[in-house]
Amino acid sequence: MTAAFEMRGIRKTFGATVALDGVDLSVAAGEICGLVGQNGAGKSTLMAILAGALEPDGGSMAIDGRPYAPRSPIEARRAGVAMIYQELSLAPDLSVMENIVLGAEPMRFGLVDRHRMRELASAALAQLGHQDIPPEAKAGTLSVAAQQLVEVARALAIGCRVLVLDEPTSSLGRADVQQLFALLERLKSQGHAIVYISHFIEEVKAVTDRFVVLRDGRNAGGGATRDASNDAIVALMVGAAQGDLFPRSPRRRGDAILDVHALEPGSASFTLHRGEILGIAGLVGSGRTRLLRTIFGLEPIRSGRVRLGVVTAKGESESRRADPRARWREGMGLLSEDRKAEGLALGLSVADNLTLTRLDPFGPPPLVFPARQQAASRTWIAKMDIRCAGPTQPAGELSGGNQQKIALARLLHHDVDVLVLDEPTRGIDVGSKAQIYRLIDALVADPDAGSAPLSSRKPKAVLMVSSYLPELLGLCDRIAVMRRGRLEAPQPADGLTEHDLVMRATGAA
Amino acid sequence: MTARSLLDRTGTLIGLILVAAIFGALVGRQFFAPANVELMARQTAIVCMAALGMTVVIALGGIDLSVGSMIALTTVVIAAALRDGASPIVASAAGIGAAAICGLLNGVLITQLRVVPFIVTLGTMLVVRGAAKGIAEERRIEAPITWLNGLLRTQSGSLLLPGGIWAVIVAALLVGAVLRYTRFGRHLFAIGSNERMARLCGVAISRTKIVVYTLSAILTGLAGLLQFSKIAVGDPTVAIGLELDVIAAVIIGGGSLLGGRGSVAGTIMGAAIMAIIQVGCTQKGLASWVQQILTGTIIVVAVALDRVRSTRI
Repeated sequence: MTAAFEMRGIRKTFGATVALDGVDLSVAAGEICGLVGQNGAGKSTLMAILAGALEPDGGSMAIDGRPYAPRSPIEARRAGVAMIYQELSLAPDLSVMENIVLGAEPMRFGLVDRHRMRELASAALAQLGHQDIPPEAKAGTLSVAAQQLVEVARALAIGCRVLVLDEPTSSLGRADVQQLFALLERLKSQGHAIVYISHFIEEVKAVTDRFVVLRDGRNAGGGATRDASNDAIVALMVGAAQGDLFPRSPRRRGDAILDVHALEPGSASFTLHRGEILGIAGLVGSGRTRLLRTIFGLEPIRSGRVRLGVVTAKGESESRRADPRARWREGMGLLSEDRKAEGLALGLSVADNLTLTRLDPFGPPPLVFPARQQAASRTWIAKMDIRCAGPTQPAGELSGGNQQKIALARLLHHDVDVLVLDEPTRGIDVGSKAQIYRLIDALVADPDAGSAPLSSRKPKAVLMVSSYLPELLGLCDRIAVMRRGRLEAPQPADGLTEHDLVMRATGAA
Repeated sequence: MTARSLLDRTGTLIGLILVAAIFGALVGRQFFAPANVELMARQTAIVCMAALGMTVVIALGGIDLSVGSMIALTTVVIAAALRDGASPIVASAAGIGAAAICGLLNGVLITQLRVVPFIVTLGTMLVVRGAAKGIAEERRIEAPITWLNGLLRTQSGSLLLPGGIWAVIVAALLVGAVLRYTRFGRHLFAIGSNERMARLCGVAISRTKIVVYTLSAILTGLAGLLQFSKIAVGDPTVAIGLELDVIAAVIIGGGSLLGGRGSVAGTIMGAAIMAIIQVGCTQKGLASWVQQILTGTIIVVAVALDRVRSTRI
């Protein structure tokens, strides 16, 4: 099989940092190649070079045997290389067909030939087997999955034969993922060469023919996907043997601390105790995030009740006002699923992001002394192994995993009793994931059993949503499934399998 | 001071030194004579005072186009009060109070109607200007001469600088301290940088915004007092378009219209750059159109350089 594209000995340095040190990657026509590696392993840099966004310092590239050295993304597209990014890049107010031919509009007498435009768009959509998407519809009105299809159609319409998909499933539900996989098979049979980047080993296993692992800017291994076990792939990614990903310290269920009763939206009723992790499974769009936001007071409660039983000397306090400020005061903190849009202020410093909800230790009100704020932040940076230049570095300059640790450290700095975590490990590397798992486990650990929890003596309570089922099964004591906006009663996690959860979430059970 | 903010300010500082060096070379050594520096300070005091307020508004992610109108209203109210026999202190308080009410109105409209600040303050710019003209019956209001008229006049006594300049210095130190050393300052940067995150973190968004617009309007009212001191009458048509100079000073000083950035030191340097160009051009005998082209170019270059720097990081 001849390679559709070939990258040989690619080198790239940024200042003193060697991002890529002689990396090889070649993908044949009609092949899907998984590109895996931790954050910072060099995947994005390698793909940016392939797509013409960066120039390599050394090495050579070829497409269909001819030398290839794009100086811009446009040149790369003309040469047949298209990137489909995590964040969709359609113009929402233009129609589907206008988006598909964008930048390559068919012209007639100096005017756009709309008839021909529709033909081109329909042909591209038909090639994907998706005539169901109307070419006249505004792109912004389509579902995320359909928008992704339109992006792929755009790549095909201008004749791209090498497609790079960067975390394409991060915003898709399970059914849409299956549809995407079917589409990739179809593109493969049409002779396209596809690079598939994902943090999910399961996806790489399901859809790719071959995989290539990058580690620290070098090829760490690879092979036929069929012959590799998940453990083997993860082992190549992390180098050393992977320790226990999901630690389990001894836990003891303590006092009830959060009581949710007949809450709408969400049809949710459950009680959360100290020393316990309650997981919520379900498809994307099933209403999991909305439930968490309603509990936290970011969205209005239609009916039902949320009682936060903060056990203090004064006894229990019932919260009637549902707003985030009251929640923080009552000892509840939320970690948003959308780190960039809601979780962090990327332009502000690590220290500001970390301490925003509790500034009173840093001076008599209303004063805040930056030195004290930074000293406190330094403690958390050390405790949580956050890789940064210091507390004054803007949060946006850090990697995804380290950003997530800042967002999580905010809850610890505030010393909340109830941690509400929405997709705590979305889009972060395996190393950071393992650290976050250990941390969450330590928070609910029984202090009398030896392992010291991170902040105060009393174990915390954790309510978490995740789309990554092994994570839920590995961490949680109980799991509740959300389906079509309704939360089922929680079940002990011990007896559950991934299979059970998928069956329930999809309504197959 | 963080390494980053130092870098942000160094850019403006280098610009300031460059502009000063160029005009120093063009005009000669007397350009840096104390009297001339004081002249420049007096020239820029009004813009500088209003720009302190605008720095806070822009750091919040907002904008206030009604600044020029508020200054006119302040002069009119002060003059009317003096004419009717009020003491200078009471008249000043009334003028600054009128501006504060305008700011409160801006803040309430922006937070309660959920209309973007650009549109709200575009509206209040006209409303306030109209109100000033209404109160003054479309004429200048002559006011008796009081010590207020000496605020920007060179002092021969022990003060060294005119009282108005001292007022700007004190206000700058206060605003700088509020931005840097208070919870309110942290909150307003949080809102400016990412409002959704601020909400998630329990920041009182509406309250902070209303306070910011009111605070900014009080500083604008002080600018109006200085304006009155300079022209000695209540003039409803004064300071038309001044809001753009004020915004320019903040932007040259490293503020971002996207919010989350801006510093008092930067803003003052931004205002100083504009004052040097203004005074320098006049003393070199260059026409005002040269001065406008220069200032405009500097705004664009400052922001473009800033973009290059922030994308490289």
